[in-house]
Amino acid sequence: MCGIAGIINFNQAEEKQDLLGRMIGMIRHRGPDSAGIYLNGPAGLGHARLSIIDLQTGDQPIHNEDRTVWVIFNGEIFNYPELRKDLIDRGHHFYTHSDTEILVHLYEEDGPEMFSKLNGQFAIALWDKTKQGLLLARDRVGIRPLFYHHEQGRLVFGSEIKAVFADETIPRKLDPQTIADIFTCWTPIGVSTPFQGIFQVRPGHYALFSKNGFLEKSYWHLPYSSLEPKSRPLEEWVDELNVLVKDATRIRLRADVPVGAYLSGGIDSTYISSLVRNFFNNRLSTFSVSFADERFNECSYQEIAVNALQTKHHVINCQDEDIGNIFPRVIWHTETPIIRTAPAPLYLLSGLVRKNDFKVVLTGEGADEIFAGYNIFKEDKVRRFWARNPDSKIRFRLLEKLYPYIFTKENEKAGKFLTGFFKKGLHQTDSPVYSHILRWQNTSQTKTFFHPDFIAGTGDLEQFVSRFASTLPHDFMNWKPLSRAQFIENTVFMSNYLLSSQGDRMAMANSIEGRYPFLDYRVIEFACRVPVKFRMNGLEEKYILKKAAKGLIPEALIKRVKQPYRAPISSCFFRKPSPAYVSTMLSEHAIQKNGYFDEKKVAGLVKKSSGQNGMLLSERENMALAGILSTQLLDHLFISNFSQQAPYPNEDMVIFTD
Amino acid sequence: MSDTKEKVRTFIVENFMFGNDEGLSDDTSFLEEGIIDSTGVLELVDFLEQTFSIKVDDEELIPENLDSIKNLIVYLSKKLQRAA
Repeated sequence: MCGIAGIINFNQAEEKQDLLGRMIGMIRHRGPDSAGIYLNGPAGLGHARLSIIDLQTGDQPIHNEDRTVWVIFNGEIFNYPELRKDLIDRGHHFYTHSDTEILVHLYEEDGPEMFSKLNGQFAIALWDKTKQGLLLARDRVGIRPLFYHHEQGRLVFGSEIKAVFADETIPRKLDPQTIADIFTCWTPIGVSTPFQGIFQVRPGHYALFSKNGFLEKSYWHLPYSSLEPKSRPLEEWVDELNVLVKDATRIRLRADVPVGAYLSGGIDSTYISSLVRNFFNNRLSTFSVSFADERFNECSYQEIAVNALQTKHHVINCQDEDIGNIFPRVIWHTETPIIRTAPAPLYLLSGLVRKNDFKVVLTGEGADEIFAGYNIFKEDKVRRFWARNPDSKIRFRLLEKLYPYIFTKENEKAGKFLTGFFKKGLHQTDSPVYSHILRWQNTSQTKTFFHPDFIAGTGDLEQFVSRFASTLPHDFMNWKPLSRAQFIENTVFMSNYLLSSQGDRMAMANSIEGRYPFLDYRVIEFACRVPVKFRMNGLEEKYILKKAAKGLIPEALIKRVKQPYRAPISSCFFRKPSPAYVSTMLSEHAIQKNGYFDEKKVAGLVKKSSGQNGMLLSERENMALAGILSTQLLDHLFISNFSQQAPYPNEDMVIFTD
Repeated sequence: MSDTKEKVRTFIVENFMFGNDEGLSDDTSFLEEGIIDSTGVLELVDFLEQTFSIKVDDEELIPENLDSIKNLIVYLSKKLQRAA
């Protein structure tokens, strides 16, 4: 795992060494072990390395036999031994044992077609000296990040936006449209980022940059379809799943350093850890986070898993004030406003892993997305069922099954009203975003806190929906509703939030690499093929995965009611003593100075929250609070107080110039 | 009744709209306009019970009673009459 950065300038000769050094210096947390740069004509490539495979000779940049193709690479190619063997058979010569080196040779063989052969998680930049062209690429679902700024013949790119901003000629300004989108669906969509003029290479895409310009192309998409698979008994599907995930796990243990695992107490991570423990490594170390706040704590289930697996287990306890105190660091790494605080505990967790001298962890990420684990999928199903008979006095009661923690005895009042909430837009079942529209509607209420001048022209929810719907695949409406809902969840939430703000960024902040067996493309493609009734059976989520896990993990974990991973919000910032930066960032003066939000409304929210000692009840107000505070921090860290001087020295940097 | 209405309106504006009453008429649906979310209703009920010394029964927690200023006033007047 690593960080990459680069500058390509076709306009004029540019002295790049100093800037590249600072760019890499911005992201040395991604790669603390070594650093290197390559300078040639219009191109400058930089790399910061976290050594995991081929510790001795794997330093980058890496080149082909005649030094005409150079690559910098962040991530892992898990099928590299097979690809390497194949390339050697075809006559290629290797000078390292790293997975990186296969990239230059595979490029010689296949050009941009190469990416569909890779099984991995990656962001790649490859310079072809002969063609004078740059090839950028990201893995299929966007596990590894890649951002760029492009201006008339000059391209600046990096694993994180802060590397791009090391170039002081690049403007740093928030993009109102994207910020408004985040306050609607949690994340930026498409190529956009929170910053104007900064874009991301989309997951499953590569991009070519040459004198002729910049061109992005798709090489993979989530293969949902309207075609029903050939009828096959459930057992066969289950067997295939077990074989695939076992192999996905096996190749994700390829490393020259020890590999640990996260254990949340749910099915997904316990299943992965069980595979490792039973088949590959019986001295597994596992890591989890527990919460002081019992509403969020899953500790008792983690204990069940640990007892069954007998792993060497490490726990970090997360208090509300820990989240409050660490939040500015979290935003330094997410580089985007977030309307949840759930990334923060994962920052603490990766710190625990690092402290125990691990660099790599396997996790269960992705199973809820590809095997339909979330309530949003059930909610879609119940609402469609209810919409067929809206006057039914019984149908809506299925919702109580979905949200037992909301529809509790003590909370009966909220529960009754909640039914009204779910009835909104009930009949609009032909909307392509039927599954998500309620959530987006509810979240977009937080936009009321924006200053009207800031979001002028960004459009309302209806415009957001039509903008989003125009990006959907042409046969989308022919798919089963569950596949549609999963596609939206995977494209928006998984790639742009779960794997970035909550995934890559929180792990890399502590130089930890996460690996996700469920996101092996063979597993994803399999999951897209599984009949919907085996993904969700009735209202039972992850049906096929539960069948696969039966006998392998404790029955109590299969039977438990799924608990969404959440973390407290308002109490982290307003329970006394409140962290000092909170009042500074949310002061009328600071809000007014930045101009993103309405200072009177923010003052009202602050008053309400501090009046209740940080116990805001409303979900929406909690989201607004996290969103406003993180936007203010984003401005503070990346606009008002950003320094182009890198936080890390690069005394170890090696320079290549041929 | 106008005093009741003023109290209700002020509470809605201050507590849920953070002082900005733009777009709030007597008929505005709190749910549809997203002025109150699912948990906000607890704050509303708490306010009604404290301010008007009434008890809101679970069966009364329906949009017909609570989902706009107008509905609230009608509901409250019935409720207060009964109490008197």
